Amino acid sequence: MFILFGMPIVQILIFGFALTNEVKDSRIAILDESKDEASEAIIHRLESSLYFDIEKNITQPQLVDAFREGTIKLAVVFPQKFSEQLEHTNAASIQLIADATDPNVATTLVNYASAIIYDSQNDLKGFKELPFKINTEMRMLYNPQMKGSYNFVPGVMAMVLMLVCAMMTSISIVKEKEMGTMEIILVSPIVPMRVIIAKMVPYFILSAVNIASILLLSVFVLDVPIHGSLLFLISECLLFTLTVLALGLFISTISGSQQVAMLISLMGLFLPTIMFSGFMFPIENMPVPLQVISNVVPAKWFYYIVKNVMIKGLGFQFVWKETLVLSGMMLFLMAVSIKKFKVRLE
Amino acid sequence: MNVIEVENLSKHFGKFKAVDDISFNVSRGEIFGFLGANGAGKTTAMRMLCGLSLPTLGEARVAGFDLYKDAEQIKRNIGYMSQRFSLYDDLSIRENIRFYGGIYGLTNKQIKAKTESMLHHLNLEEEANKMVKSLPLGWKQKLAFSVSLLHDPQIVFLDEPTGGVDPITRREFWTMIYEASDKGTTVFVTTHYMDEAEYCSRVSIMVDGKIDALGTPLELKEKFDSPNMGDVFLKLARKAKRGDN
Repeated sequence: MFILFGMPIVQILIFGFALTNEVKDSRIAILDESKDEASEAIIHRLESSLYFDIEKNITQPQLVDAFREGTIKLAVVFPQKFSEQLEHTNAASIQLIADATDPNVATTLVNYASAIIYDSQNDLKGFKELPFKINTEMRMLYNPQMKGSYNFVPGVMAMVLMLVCAMMTSISIVKEKEMGTMEIILVSPIVPMRVIIAKMVPYFILSAVNIASILLLSVFVLDVPIHGSLLFLISECLLFTLTVLALGLFISTISGSQQVAMLISLMGLFLPTIMFSGFMFPIENMPVPLQVISNVVPAKWFYYIVKNVMIKGLGFQFVWKETLVLSGMMLFLMAVSIKKFKVRLE
Repeated sequence: MNVIEVENLSKHFGKFKAVDDISFNVSRGEIFGFLGANGAGKTTAMRMLCGLSLPTLGEARVAGFDLYKDAEQIKRNIGYMSQRFSLYDDLSIRENIRFYGGIYGLTNKQIKAKTESMLHHLNLEEEANKMVKSLPLGWKQKLAFSVSLLHDPQIVFLDEPTGGVDPITRREFWTMIYEASDKGTTVFVTTHYMDEAEYCSRVSIMVDGKIDALGTPLELKEKFDSPNMGDVFLKLARKAKRGDN
């Protein structure tokens, strides 16, 4: 009953308010190498915009790191002697560097920024008589061709593993409860740990095959490169697989029938994976409560890791925190479900 | 020698006393019939003895092991066939036997030998590689019973093994029970069929979670002045306050 009446309300609220493709308050950095009248005027314009949350006084090496860590999505770079150039040649250019691992966000940000810069030309009228021109040069980091597949390959990977591992594992255990075969296993002297491992192994292998086929397809058919270490990427995938297997196990211990297990998997795993992993809707734009919720979705961490390792080519030192979170989740879920796995029927 | 000793065993679900202070003993090789109307607490009592469910109160020893302390040892020494059909429908007969041999820790060699003798005994040699779901119910039940004896348990618990099975197959099933009993296996069986109650060495009748009558079928018939076990059962079961649920 709750599901029937509650779901539409929850969904309309979540989709209506929280999940927007709009970009608000994005963190951008400004590297101003000229620090003159013209550049300050433009920066002022950018600052007063609602779309951006501006980080000034950044140095070039810091900029590189910020992009890697994903703390900024866009950088506006003013070349040296910006005003002078404007004055003498009636033209100057500003470089816009965007993190294009998510091409939609990158395009939106670049468009916003260009529009603001274009508008601010009016502010500069007094400074210099028309006609003059400020060019914007765009640079799309990590994904120069702006391919959508760069974004969805990691997302699809998270979703497929979630479906195969969590849903199938939980259903396969609950099915035994329903069929009555679980009783027979429980009266036998076999230890619960072995039952659990035996249930996990086939899905683990299945997932490994899925990971391989997704990676092969994305590299050879979709031309999505793997910039980072392949071995590291695969081990992260296997870690995520274990995490969702544990999740599936956990679901099976709390649900009594296949339908319930299926429903919990869909509502509790599939939808949150789509909504909160950051793959459809940028997490930064969600209201704070939803951002907090997104932290418990394993797919969010996995998506972040895969994106960074695969597209940005980063190594362990940049994703160790996320790896740690995933490992923690896995151990916690394993422990809880092994403890909850009932040796007795009640 | 007693292989099952039960003293003041109870199982409460909240305020509901599913099993209310029952005591009895079962000796080796006996066929112990455990009767009662639906909801009288038979299955709950049996599940406690199998270690599937923890008693609220009371003591019990099964196959010489304490129910609380040595649950794992008990599991090695009992066989169990549940009310619901308990083989894997989507595995073949041979695979089912192998699976159960495996979870009871039999070696491959033992499993092979047992499989052949069992298939021969049940006359299922030609069907050995067929899916279990294609078998008629009576055959499935006979197979499930044989599988529950696979590891030569001291006691085998049968929870309504002949439900929905035709009279001829039921007869054959009881022949198998006698064979097992002759070999020294204790058989603990619940049933709704009163003619089957006559086949048991001793019978207990549960009413509202308590054991109201216990003895050989002959003793019970004399005591309640009834021509058959069905009449004994009706006289006792009518007193029940719990509904049929």
